[in-house]
Amino acid sequence: MSWSTTLNHPLGLLDADSFPFLAMLGSDDSDIFINGLLGSFAAALVVISVMVVVALLTRYRAWRTLWFDWLTSADHKKIGIMYVVLALVMLVRAIAEAVLMRAQGAVGLDGGFLSSDHFAQLFSTHGTIMIFFMAMPFLTGLINYVVPLQIGARDVAFPILNSISLWLTVAGAALVMTSLVVGVFSTGGWFGYPPYTGTLYNPGVGVDYWIWSLTLASLGSTLTGINIAVTIYKKRAPGMKLYYMPLFTWTALCTAIMMIFAMPPLTVVTLQLALDRYLDFHFFTNGLGGNQMNFLNMFWLFGHPEVYILILPAFGVYSEIFSTFSGKVLFGYKSLVWATMSIAFLSFLVWLHHFFTMGQSGHINAVFGIASMLIGIPTGVKIYDWMWTMLRGRVRFSVPMIYSLAFIFLFVIGGITGIMLANPILDYQVHNTVFLVAHFHNMAVPGVLFGMLAGYTFWFPKAFGFRLDERWGRISAYCWIFGWMGAFFPLYILGLMGLPRRSVAYEQASYVPLEIVAFVGALLVAAALMALVIQLWVSIKHREENRVFVGDPWDGRSLEWATSAPPPEYNFPVVPSINDRDAFTAAKEFGVGYQEPDTYVNIEIPQNSAMGPVFGGTSFLLAFGLVWQIWWLVILTGLVTIGTLVVRGFQRDTLKIIPAETVCRAHRHWIQAARSAQPIKRSQEHTAANKGRAALETVEVST
Amino acid sequence: MPKSIMSVSVLQMHGCGSQQAVTLSVQCVALVLLSGCNSTEHLSFLNPQGPIATAQSEHFWLVVAILFILIALPVFIGTVWIAWRYRYGATKSKYVPRWKIFKPLEYFSWGIPITIVIFLSILVWEDTERFDPYRPLTSSTPATHVQVIGYDWKWLFVYPEQGIASVGMLAFPAGQPLTMELTSATVMQSFFIPALGSQIYAMGGMVTQLNLQADRPGRFLGENTMYSGDGFHQQKFAAVAMTQADFDAWVQQVRATGIPFDATALNAIAMQGTKAQLRTVLAPAAPAFDSNIYFTGAKANFFTDLVMSVMDDKPLPSTALAPAITKGQ
Repeated sequence: MSWSTTLNHPLGLLDADSFPFLAMLGSDDSDIFINGLLGSFAAALVVISVMVVVALLTRYRAWRTLWFDWLTSADHKKIGIMYVVLALVMLVRAIAEAVLMRAQGAVGLDGGFLSSDHFAQLFSTHGTIMIFFMAMPFLTGLINYVVPLQIGARDVAFPILNSISLWLTVAGAALVMTSLVVGVFSTGGWFGYPPYTGTLYNPGVGVDYWIWSLTLASLGSTLTGINIAVTIYKKRAPGMKLYYMPLFTWTALCTAIMMIFAMPPLTVVTLQLALDRYLDFHFFTNGLGGNQMNFLNMFWLFGHPEVYILILPAFGVYSEIFSTFSGKVLFGYKSLVWATMSIAFLSFLVWLHHFFTMGQSGHINAVFGIASMLIGIPTGVKIYDWMWTMLRGRVRFSVPMIYSLAFIFLFVIGGITGIMLANPILDYQVHNTVFLVAHFHNMAVPGVLFGMLAGYTFWFPKAFGFRLDERWGRISAYCWIFGWMGAFFPLYILGLMGLPRRSVAYEQASYVPLEIVAFVGALLVAAALMALVIQLWVSIKHREENRVFVGDPWDGRSLEWATSAPPPEYNFPVVPSINDRDAFTAAKEFGVGYQEPDTYVNIEIPQNSAMGPVFGGTSFLLAFGLVWQIWWLVILTGLVTIGTLVVRGFQRDTLKIIPAETVCRAHRHWIQAARSAQPIKRSQEHTAANKGRAALETVEVST
Repeated sequence: MPKSIMSVSVLQMHGCGSQQAVTLSVQCVALVLLSGCNSTEHLSFLNPQGPIATAQSEHFWLVVAILFILIALPVFIGTVWIAWRYRYGATKSKYVPRWKIFKPLEYFSWGIPITIVIFLSILVWEDTERFDPYRPLTSSTPATHVQVIGYDWKWLFVYPEQGIASVGMLAFPAGQPLTMELTSATVMQSFFIPALGSQIYAMGGMVTQLNLQADRPGRFLGENTMYSGDGFHQQKFAAVAMTQADFDAWVQQVRATGIPFDATALNAIAMQGTKAQLRTVLAPAAPAFDSNIYFTGAKANFFTDLVMSVMDDKPLPSTALAPAITKGQ
């Protein structure tokens, strides 16, 4: 595009037709009208939600608090919470899309109410959001919140980088949300294979929205990976050997290493696709030696490790929960550690199983098939070791445990269908059908999301100082479990009946009953989400009676429970010294759980910085400019983005000091509360008597 | 053509009935659910209609049986038993809060999955090679050769030996191998006839291969499983296995009534649109009993020329097609 055209079109490709709402009004086609109405409704929801949030913040004069206490915060705990908030907001949109797709499926015999293009945007945004803007922020949020506490650190290694990672992810998510209001999103699915995503077949802005939102998210995740890995390597409390680390920290470490190695291929492959689209390169399109197969290889070089990036932290959560809610040390700790590392390693060797059907020789397929099945070994070990953790324990069926037990059952089924898909002979039959869709949702929902929700329930009292409502938690958990089963078991069968994934409509009447069951399941999942919202509302309402300030509501075992709830900004007044696994359980058993140190010292913690939100904001505008080819905006925001980095480089005064007296006062207040709190038995843990002090019950019983 | 279609459907209903009579146990349930016997088309490999799908179906049930009996069932029962036996309220059960390792249990935990994966690996190594879609099927009769080209959003089948082509109908003799070469004139697609066997990608500028066979005459669902745009879900075709005599009659019929396969026809095919849309352009007067479109005069070098032109991103050479002939000549 020349300078003159740039000047003639200061808004790039943007015009009145870019707004689906206006385009809908200008059309007299009823099909366009219905889909436009749905799209406009969703867009209106986004706009109205933003307006309501802005109005509320203004009404309660919360802008200052929001900016100084949250958005600019470098505290790993607040950044973690903001990640989880982002994940939950995006979850709402992606679930709504899922329900809409299943509704279309239920009436999809020879038609339905959605247009092909609208349906394709739904499955593309659903997948993109669920992976990059729901699951990734959720697990990153939990890791951010929990890992520094578990290893006895005051913060992550690079607090400002942490903030930048968050805001890059937020910028990516905002870009996806913007596509709902301005323009369209990609129809190429979450993995966007060319040549379909090339300009020849998709000339509009949809694919560009997808490319730039993924670029932002992948950069954020790479930086997160570096940050977490360095934090775990360098910031552990004295005495905490690698083999003393809680299993969640181990899984966080493996996930972080995988992020460092797996995210760059995604960044590169999306940029290559951008070069194809913007500058007519031929990386992945025919002519000049371009080859579409290279995209698949590059994408899945990221994509397969990615699914283990998602699942490993969930495995970590389950490990913590099985141990805590069985009142028992984790069985086979070293096996679990080695199994985690094996999975992380093997995950880089199996990418080809995403395209067994691309025409390579039988032996190549067999090698990758066997490599994929090998992952079943460490995963199987984990399942067994969690069972043995419950064996000879005292199992409490609280909400996190309900998720964890449902996980075992459903994950085994998902594992079995995974072994089938890893088997090239069967993959030739079920690849690209809804059997595959059912399989990866089996791993992604009962595997990843149940873990995240269990972790959310488990650590919520630590983060906010009060427990979540147990009853609504149970309702939500059961709705998730049975809703998921209703929505996806039929898809396994439909896949065996030859229904290709991503079909907006079908011609076989025999599909209808199962499609209807799946829709009912999806409604139940929507109810689960609703119950989750009600749970939060009810819990906030009754927060005073559910306070657990002392900080140990579940008789926890690792260090995050050894501080107040919520923890002070500096986490620990004195960095603890570790000489065992399950450090806090050991301390409690030796009666040294709530001790006052001999001396208090000044604590240095990072200052707030506007760097993160500014960087995120300019990155968003940069990406928006690229999507709509508004070149002056691209250049301007590009310069500002680089400028913020340079300015930050000159900032010398980046720490603030919390005086010893303040630390002393806060700590004595907490110790006082802990000593005066009634230690309660586990049978009372869901009652108001639970103030966060656990009675010692780990006394051996033999019969 | 009405004659051959009718004979096919009669044969197919007969085949379906006799098979249901002899199939027992768990496969019976699957048959009722998956066979598609109530419609005219076979949908699923679990009611296999050819040697590849039969092998895949057997392989499927074997793997399901192994994994469910050896993995799922023990875990399900064990988890329920352990969780209940050692629940918080069960104060009489043993409670050993520091019980963190017990070597035999560890050997068991690693041993079981390792054993099963070794067994499955051997199975996979042998069968992947044996049922490689590129491997020609052994048969005493010669294979029927078809070239498959994916368009938006229909499949073009070229019979180089017979000089004919069709959109939407893949006819071939039953009981003998069907050898296919595949490519795409558009985005990446995946060619799939579930009741007969494997799917394989069709990609522009590249050729993949697929070897299938139908045991007996019948009609099978054929589809594209790789999302390719608005008309993707309508990119279906009928794979119809016929007796040799019916197939020969079908070829004669196409030769006699087909539209010339020239530049006009190809331009229409290459436009984005479903088979039904193509029909309104190319063959509005075609008989209503058949929704497909048939061509005559397809050249043997067309497929290769098309692959090369897509690969180099260049126009198709004029020698790829027969010179345009006016209708009725």
